[in-house]
Amino acid sequence: MSRRPIIGLAATAAAAALVLSGCSGGAANDDGDPSGEITVLTNRTDLVDTTFKDYAAEFEKQYPGTTVKFEALTDYEGDAKIRLNSKDYGDVLLIPSSNVTKDQYANFFEPLGSTEEQSKTYRFANEASFDGTAYGVSTFGSAMGYVFNRDVWTKAGITEPPATEEEYLAALEKIKANGSIPYYTNYKDGWPLATLEGNLGAVQGPKVRTEMIATDSPWTEGNDQYNIDGLLFDTVAAGLSEPDPTTTNWEESKNLLASGEISSMVLGSWAVSQMQDAAEKAGESRDVIGFWPMPWKTDEGFTSVTASDKFLAVSKYSKNKATAKAWIDWFTNESGFAASQGAISPVISDPAPDTLADFSDLGVTYLELAPDPVGKEAVINDIANAAEIDLFGNTYRQKLIDVARGAADGDKESAFADLNERWAAARADVAE
Amino acid sequence: MVTVQGASPATRAVVTNHPSRARTLRPGRPPKATGSRVTPWLFLVVPLAFLIVLTYVPVANMFWYSLTSWDGLEPEQEFVGIDNFVQIFTKPEIFQVFFVSLYYLVGAVAQLVLALYLATLLSFRTRFKNLFKGVIFFPYLINGVAIGLVFLYFLRPGGTLDALLAAVGVQDTPQWLGDPSFVNASLAATSVWRYMGLNFVLFLGAIQSVPSEQYEAADLDGANSWHKFRFIILPSIRRILGLSFILAIAGALSAFEMPYVMTGGANGSETFVIQTVNTAFKFSKVGLASAMAVVLLLIVLIITFVQRRVFPDEKGGES
Repeated sequence: MSRRPIIGLAATAAAAALVLSGCSGGAANDDGDPSGEITVLTNRTDLVDTTFKDYAAEFEKQYPGTTVKFEALTDYEGDAKIRLNSKDYGDVLLIPSSNVTKDQYANFFEPLGSTEEQSKTYRFANEASFDGTAYGVSTFGSAMGYVFNRDVWTKAGITEPPATEEEYLAALEKIKANGSIPYYTNYKDGWPLATLEGNLGAVQGPKVRTEMIATDSPWTEGNDQYNIDGLLFDTVAAGLSEPDPTTTNWEESKNLLASGEISSMVLGSWAVSQMQDAAEKAGESRDVIGFWPMPWKTDEGFTSVTASDKFLAVSKYSKNKATAKAWIDWFTNESGFAASQGAISPVISDPAPDTLADFSDLGVTYLELAPDPVGKEAVINDIANAAEIDLFGNTYRQKLIDVARGAADGDKESAFADLNERWAAARADVAE
Repeated sequence: MVTVQGASPATRAVVTNHPSRARTLRPGRPPKATGSRVTPWLFLVVPLAFLIVLTYVPVANMFWYSLTSWDGLEPEQEFVGIDNFVQIFTKPEIFQVFFVSLYYLVGAVAQLVLALYLATLLSFRTRFKNLFKGVIFFPYLINGVAIGLVFLYFLRPGGTLDALLAAVGVQDTPQWLGDPSFVNASLAATSVWRYMGLNFVLFLGAIQSVPSEQYEAADLDGANSWHKFRFIILPSIRRILGLSFILAIAGALSAFEMPYVMTGGANGSETFVIQTVNTAFKFSKVGLASAMAVVLLLIVLIITFVQRRVFPDEKGGES
């Protein structure tokens, strides 16, 4: 009779096995001239065999003797985090933003200079800095707002961006009356819900993160967190979002927006060029896609929070740091990647992209968040993790949507009260 | 997932059971040549190395992590003793998700009954027998992620299922994944579709190992199909049935793949394993998540143990 208790062990084994580390030898090339081979980890599975290949060819021409290899990871955040446990995570990689906290940067990445120095040339330098040292260079930045189908909104009689949440919801109601789905949450794919958090600071200003870690109740009127999640909640609760959020599809949402079946989505300005491409493919004009600032106008006018997408960093364990740094320099300054994405260039001297033409006309003020106080860079993540509220993820927003559409118990007040309660408890824990 | 991965070693255990038992029945018989003693181990080096490196070492690590407050990245792992386990047993929301497992448990029973029925049917003379065998086993060969995506299209509003129902006159269909009272049933049904093929093949193999003389004798005695099933097939495949049952329960408790691919645990479809994965990777609580994995492992072991006690296969090695 065999009684080996192995049932169930196998599943955990598969996961844990991934943690095994790999390490390779060879002479290090840290300073001096770029030469030899580097590996670049990227999340752009869609560009790795086209645009990036061309970039590599150009770079290799400029620096003879170098070879650039790419490794595209579909689940970038998840895979990169696991690989950080080994010493083998490429020479150049994107900093996994959702799970590496700033105080851990020095364990994994090569310092690229002082934040002050980097800030003179590059935007968003403080976002990838710890203790006055920069560890990453922004790939590109974007401004927050919502993409919308201009034809649909014009047909509903709305030609000016709504200035308050009430105006915004009223506008969506009009659009609904015309037969379009006013708002698309992208609930199933989840990450578009996470991008909502980018609006942090729109009302409270650049020091919002510092204020948030000092309060027990971020989900209270007047706070950005309340505005962001409240707007989502009210939109869904009023029946202004897609009828079945659980079967949404990101790729499809582009076509739906282009064809006017849905009218808006809150996203970063990076999405504009993708939506325009979809419109073009559907035989529409690129101009049909518009981008407006969030409906929280203050006395100073509209504000849009700008933030960087992922950051390029050099692995601390790279054997070829010289080439890795040269690649980052080249990619940032000469590849034209940001412009090709219709995004804000990380280089301060570069011009603003066309995708933000609406913003220029409206005189929108751009706002970059202030760096976290030294020593408190990780606190906001620590509290969120302890509270199991994934501020920079999608799970708790999916639950909010469920509550709003009546698929889970509770209402706006109880949901927000619960979030505040968990936040307060976690804050007390973390502060200990 | 466990259903799959647990299956192969366990089945192997059953298959190898026979000769090993035969050996224990004849003790005291020395091996013929001493040189051949080493040979089996040489063959075993590679599989054993894999087993140790990919199974036992990680599991040992998991037990260690479960006693720490490690976040998955920090170089040092702080020892916190049984803190994590205390947390698990004092937080009701962690065990709440086992309610979702009930759906998968019901699904698992349906899966076994259906697989047994089909296996019995197809072990007798049937038209297009091999085609049906292929059709039933096929889903098990497809990648789970692909199945998840296909079923997302199948279950969405206005999707294939709704179109199918509309064709037979059913108009008012619920949101199969969007409605919280349907989502778990839909996901469990998808799991049944995915995993039934495995049970089916196991049952089919077991049924076909029954000597055909028994059926002939039964025919002479005037037994009908039900009698044959009840008195020949069922007793003959008792063991594989018992084994499948354990695997089904373990699989239901640790349901993961289908809900993770299709809903990511949203809309009240979170299972214990999804919760564990989220705890580890979303909230960077690897220590706590490891403790949850340990608890799940213990639960599965206890159920296996109880099941073995309640239904002992006393007629194990009749050889």
